[in-house]
Amino acid sequence: MSNGSPRSGGIEVEALVREFKNGPRAVDGIDLEVAQGEIYGFLGPNGAGKSTTVLMLTTLLPPTAGTARVGGFDVVEQGPQVRATIGAALQEAALDPLLTGREHMRLQTALHGLGKREREERGNELLERVGLAYAADRKVGGYSGGMKRRLDLALALAHQPRILFLDEPTTGLDIQSRTALWEEVARLAAEDGVTVFLTTQYLEEADALANRVGIIDHGHLVAEGTPAELKAEIGRPTVEAVPREEADRERMAAILGRFGERAGSSPRGVSVRLEGGESQLAEVVRALDSEQIAIEHLQLHAPSLDDVFLAKTGRSLEGDGTDEAEPETGETEAVGAA
Amino acid sequence: MSGSLRSQIGQLARRSVLRTLRQPAQIVPAIVFPMFLLAVNAGGLKDATSLPGFPTDSYLTFILAVPFIQGALFSVMNSGTDLARDIETGFLNRLALTPLRGAALLSGLLAGSLLLGVVQAVVYLSVGMIAGAELAAGAGGALVLIVLSVTITVAFGTIGLFAALRFGSGEAVQGLFPVFFVFLFLSAMALPLDLLTTDWFHVIASANPVTYLLEAIRSLLIEGWEIDQLALGFGIAAVIGVVGMTAASSALKTRLVRT
Repeated sequence: MSNGSPRSGGIEVEALVREFKNGPRAVDGIDLEVAQGEIYGFLGPNGAGKSTTVLMLTTLLPPTAGTARVGGFDVVEQGPQVRATIGAALQEAALDPLLTGREHMRLQTALHGLGKREREERGNELLERVGLAYAADRKVGGYSGGMKRRLDLALALAHQPRILFLDEPTTGLDIQSRTALWEEVARLAAEDGVTVFLTTQYLEEADALANRVGIIDHGHLVAEGTPAELKAEIGRPTVEAVPREEADRERMAAILGRFGERAGSSPRGVSVRLEGGESQLAEVVRALDSEQIAIEHLQLHAPSLDDVFLAKTGRSLEGDGTDEAEPETGETEAVGAA
Repeated sequence: MSGSLRSQIGQLARRSVLRTLRQPAQIVPAIVFPMFLLAVNAGGLKDATSLPGFPTDSYLTFILAVPFIQGALFSVMNSGTDLARDIETGFLNRLALTPLRGAALLSGLLAGSLLLGVVQAVVYLSVGMIAGAELAAGAGGALVLIVLSVTITVAFGTIGLFAALRFGSGEAVQGLFPVFFVFLFLSAMALPLDLLTTDWFHVIASANPVTYLLEAIRSLLIEGWEIDQLALGFGIAAVIGVVGMTAASSALKTRLVRT
């Protein structure tokens, strides 16, 4: 048994594979490392392999090949130790609608072996921390989506885990609930030193929260780095211009074409990735002015994670709801897939 | 039993009981439906008591054994549906991430069946007595009848747990309900085994364990203390429980493939 290793609060994954019978390789040989106290954003569309990876790292699904150590423990050989080290809020808050928030906390803390008095104290503390103390004695069936997610987070923290897995924790939440959850996750990493492995479909979530981001697509890790590094890799900002007169659109496209390649489509205007960076913006304005093209709208876009995703996978992540669903683990093995 | 296992069973039993109490839709049909059938059968088939060899002149007393089995069949559905829902919603995964032991999960889940079994048995017996049924074994027999009924209910509950773990779907569990009712109808439900003169029916009813569960309950109502019949009834319930629990434990291992 390993303990006390320098990376005992982190995650190390090597050549991890999960193959389903009669199905695709949901995870196809990924390598990654997450340091203690780091927030790692695992980004990808539906069906990319995010949840399958989380199920393997949380010991709920055995890998087909490869190794993974979580908190210094091997996920295959040392499942109970891994589970004692981690907390997890899996996709869709798995709560019992007939129990109250407080009853959930009692059950979770008891199953983790906390003493009776400790259970009450820890339960109350966590309910307070996630802002649910006022609703603690209400049945969860009456909670909003945001409240359920916050309770889910509190339950994941019941036994003070060193590593936290959050599988799409804010999907379907309004912006207010999402922001509140982000603040709590950021606080956990910054103040309590909790390592956070966060899967998300939201680029802004990864951008706002993650120290580093891994992009997974069709089971492969296609890019990894800090959000700034990944954006810098793409490098060039985009300028989008809309002429006041529709008839000037073609001329505008020709002029902007001198400054870089076309980037996506704009219904009324033209978008171009500036080869010389944002310093070319002034030249763009001067060039349009000299050709007497009146501009209705001009905007410079810094490279975003969506640009990174587009560059790495050839498609946009934002608004992408058309990918195939991630294989149900129950296809081949009777596991309740999250 | 270790302290932690006891604590886990206690917590899950508490949850199971709370869930049962908070779902009137689980309790009410399990009580009303068998009572309705009791009224219909007791009224419509009372002339059967004039058949030579019929063991009592009160058909109500004879047919009162049936609600106890019908109630136990509801237990299959309730325990199974609850667990299937836990699988479907991912709640089982939440439990799997704790140091929960499989034995604690299954035992805790059966606590709801046990509670429902006690409530059902008390109601069935009380209604039967008020309506004029006899209880030849007296007050002590009432207690044994309740214990037997709860044993049958819990035993049937294990089958519900197995079905939920095997199929992982509430619909599949509910689909078992009519199948089990066929077992009831192909037993000595409406007539004593000796009076089933149709050969094939007699053969099937003789091989059907439900017949002997009914006869154990009837022995207390009609005859008094028939130790052989009681032992057979308790024995069959125990075998069903052990087989169901073994199958459920095996299915749980497949379902919970946590490393």
